[in-house]
Amino acid sequence: MGDDVMIQVQDLSAGYGDTVLLEHVSFEVKRGEIFVILGGSGCGKSTLLKNLIGLLPPLAGKVLIEGGDLATASGDKRRKILRRIGVGYQSGALFGSMTLAENITLPIEEFTRLPPEAREAIAWTKLKLVGLENFTGHLPAEISGGMQKRAAIARAMALDPQVLFLDEPSAGLDPVTSAELDALILHLRDALGVTFVIVSHELASIYAVADRVIMLDKKAKGIIAEGRPQDLRDNSKDPFVHKFFHREAA
Amino acid sequence: MRLGCAHMAGVEDLLKVEPGEGGVRLVLSGRLDADAVADIWNEALGAARGKVTVDASAVEYCDGAGSALLCELRRRAGGKITGLRPEIARVFELFEGDEEPEDKSRKPVDSPLESIGRVGAEFFEDLRDQVAFLGEMVVVFATFRGGAQRLRWNDVWITFERAGVQALLVVGLISFLTGLIMAFQAAPPLRQFGVDLFVVNLVGLAMVRELGPIMTAIVLAGRSGSAFAAEIGTMKVNEEINALNTMGLDPARFLVAPRVLAGILVTPFLIVYADLLGVAGGFLVMLMRGFPTAALWQQLTSAISVHDVMAGLIKGFVFGALVAGMGCLRGLQTKEGASAVGVSTTSSVVSSIFLIVVVDAIFAVVYYVIGF
Ligand SMILES: Nc1ncnc2c1ncn2[C@@H]1O[C@H](COP(=O)(O)OP(=O)(O)OP(=O)(O)O)[C@@H](O)[C@H]1O
Ligand SMILES: [Mg+2]
Repeated sequence: MGDDVMIQVQDLSAGYGDTVLLEHVSFEVKRGEIFVILGGSGCGKSTLLKNLIGLLPPLAGKVLIEGGDLATASGDKRRKILRRIGVGYQSGALFGSMTLAENITLPIEEFTRLPPEAREAIAWTKLKLVGLENFTGHLPAEISGGMQKRAAIARAMALDPQVLFLDEPSAGLDPVTSAELDALILHLRDALGVTFVIVSHELASIYAVADRVIMLDKKAKGIIAEGRPQDLRDNSKDPFVHKFFHREAA
Repeated sequence: MRLGCAHMAGVEDLLKVEPGEGGVRLVLSGRLDADAVADIWNEALGAARGKVTVDASAVEYCDGAGSALLCELRRRAGGKITGLRPEIARVFELFEGDEEPEDKSRKPVDSPLESIGRVGAEFFEDLRDQVAFLGEMVVVFATFRGGAQRLRWNDVWITFERAGVQALLVVGLISFLTGLIMAFQAAPPLRQFGVDLFVVNLVGLAMVRELGPIMTAIVLAGRSGSAFAAEIGTMKVNEEINALNTMGLDPARFLVAPRVLAGILVTPFLIVYADLLGVAGGFLVMLMRGFPTAALWQQLTSAISVHDVMAGLIKGFVFGALVAGMGCLRGLQTKEGASAVGVSTTSSVVSSIFLIVVVDAIFAVVYYVIGF
């Protein structure tokens, strides 16, 4: 395995119990790449993401993050892998009983020996990244849905992860904020070399950030297209891929 | 065709069933709105056997219910629909096309027998979950160390304070009144035998060995156990538990351990408090009946020993762990959706009370056997 491979998915089958959503899926994500997962609603994108971040064991096959397998690793080995990933959930998933700053200091407190002041300073810088530095003392319920999403991304970055997994980060954001988020993603990749795995439907943002996309399909139970978004738009022969990129009804 | 029900006036205007080639021909006419469809639904689908053709040329209007009827005729009976007016056909077109196979993941409704079987199976599955959870807790408590594995003492303290302070009023009131009622009821009959001083023994022993621990545990189950289930359940629904997991923070250590520990620590305090107030309730009745405090006190100290208090407190530790653990377990078991939180909360209280009684019975036997 080359040193530039961040995530390796090998012959993965994903689903819940008897319901198999994806079969024999294999792909790689390179270090520093912005990798976008596309597909129709309900085709299993969030499920695939759950497999990638170790929340759901694969039905078959393997997911390796920097060579480590979350499905089998335990204890310190598992924590070591988890420390290197950050996750922004589709619903935000901020801790409702904690302020935004506390949401971010929590993982820092658990994983480092930094004094409280340093933790708070880090929290401020992370919130500043997403434009929420004036809301450090707010509870998640006291800010808007779009702000919660941004705060969740700030929290996902708390421990300077190598990979950020984002589930529909721009859903529910206005176009301006959404564009700002795209700029942030590009900036983090360029400045810090962060790898991104993003589930998204927003064509504009896909063109803006994605280096490579894969498209999943419910019927095929797997990947039906892979490549640069512009190439898929212009060259793909698959009717669904064509419709997706040209916003046509099925 | 004769229709049995006289009140279905106009049905014959809407639906005529005629024999057709190899099956039946249904002739629909007039306004197919919700009212009309309600009248003819069973009739139409009941008649649709064999090869069905539907003549809809006389249909003037068709709303959602009418479209559903046409779709159902087409889908279930393979009926062919002819003669639709263009404007109605245009609406009906929306329902044309391949039908997706039915979603198998949706469970069909159970028969009563199946329901009983399912409840039984779920009970044992749940029992297995509880044992697994117990094992997990033992591992968590056995492996505390520094860093990412350390116990959050701050959370323990906050939970202890909240569970303890909030329960004081209810536990106090219930215990005091129970002691009072017991003494009040027991004194007159015992008086007949001239042994009404033994009311003190009755109230004291009953409170210290049984009622104090049980009532405290039940109040905790209702107040704190349910709160744990609701808190953790809400976190589960909001994906916060997932977020903890992917941060490498084990919910068992992070959320459950502090609560269970707080439950274990707070229960004995509340039990001592309940014991004291229960005895005080009994004393109040006896004082009103004219017994001097000194006599009551002497009777009490001769009636109950440190043994008895310990017997109650040991139960208290177990009850505390049980109530807090059950609250957390139910919270973690919460399924998707806000209503699931309510289910978990209720279930935490019911399961806790059930287990409290069962465990208390086990204690009674064990104490009896070892003569404690
Ligand atoms: N916990 C679960 N248990 C069983 N089935 C599930 C569960 N979660 C999701 N599913 C099913 O898996 C399928 C895919 O869900 P998933 O959330 O992965 O879709 P998605 O591609 O992320 O869709 P969307 O774009 O709408 O978010 C759905 O049909 C859903 O019913
Ligand atoms: Mg999704």
